Amino acid sequence: MINEALFFSAVLFTIGVVGVLTRRNAIIIFMCVELMLNAVNLSFIALSRLHGSANGQVFVLFVMTIAAAEAAVGLAIIISIFRHHKSVDLRNINLLKG
Amino acid sequence: MNTLLYTFHFYLFGLIAIASAVAFVTRKSPVAAALWLVNTMFCLSALYVMLDAQFIGAVQVLVYAGAIMVVFLFVVMLLNLGQASDVTDIRGLGGRLTAGLVGLAMVAELFALSRMRLPKLTSAMTDHANVVNPVSAPLFHEYLLPFEVTSVVLLVAVIGAVVLAKRGPNAS
Repeated sequence: MINEALFFSAVLFTIGVVGVLTRRNAIIIFMCVELMLNAVNLSFIALSRLHGSANGQVFVLFVMTIAAAEAAVGLAIIISIFRHHKSVDLRNINLLKG
Repeated sequence: MNTLLYTFHFYLFGLIAIASAVAFVTRKSPVAAALWLVNTMFCLSALYVMLDAQFIGAVQVLVYAGAIMVVFLFVVMLLNLGQASDVTDIRGLGGRLTAGLVGLAMVAELFALSRMRLPKLTSAMTDHANVVNPVSAPLFHEYLLPFEVTSVVLLVAVIGAVVLAKRGPNAS
């Protein structure tokens, strides 16, 4: 089962990367990042099962905490960007573009 | 029979997770995308349970599907972004080409790696009556300092979120 779990994890990660690269809606890009974190969690769980130790599951708990913190800060940034631009489309956020 | 049933369900949940993820990336409306992502997370939680991580499976439903996605949906509701915009938000040809190339490279890497042999699977980790103890024992002994640091990170994130989202004194 470990091979299949790692395969699912890699496919989900790839879908997340493609989503980040193709979408322009900032909220959807954030959700794609969450999908990538979930894919990494799946491979953590699979490898922890492979080694027969629960240390990998502890790291999954850490990843979940950091993901929650990241979602809170990122969504606050999106809200303040929306106040400024009245949109969350990344085409309008080009302050650092040369 | 038992292992056949196990394998069938493992593939079932994995394929549902991948199909929901594809639906999530291709939806135009943010609400529909978020609900497909919740579906992916439920399937992942089922996979965690089948990989002998029952506690993490429960935490996945509570924290990811329950808390984080609700925050996302709240922001979509607050900013009134529920309807899909009439102009598509998928990037133009250049972005799509880059994404396709990156995706192809990662899939190729996947097939190259799938030839690698993994070591033999160890037998089931614990008895199924005691699932929290194997997670909590290392968490509160070996990883006690990182655990405390994550609580500081959460505190800083909460303060940062409040400061960022607060209206300034001279804002309308």
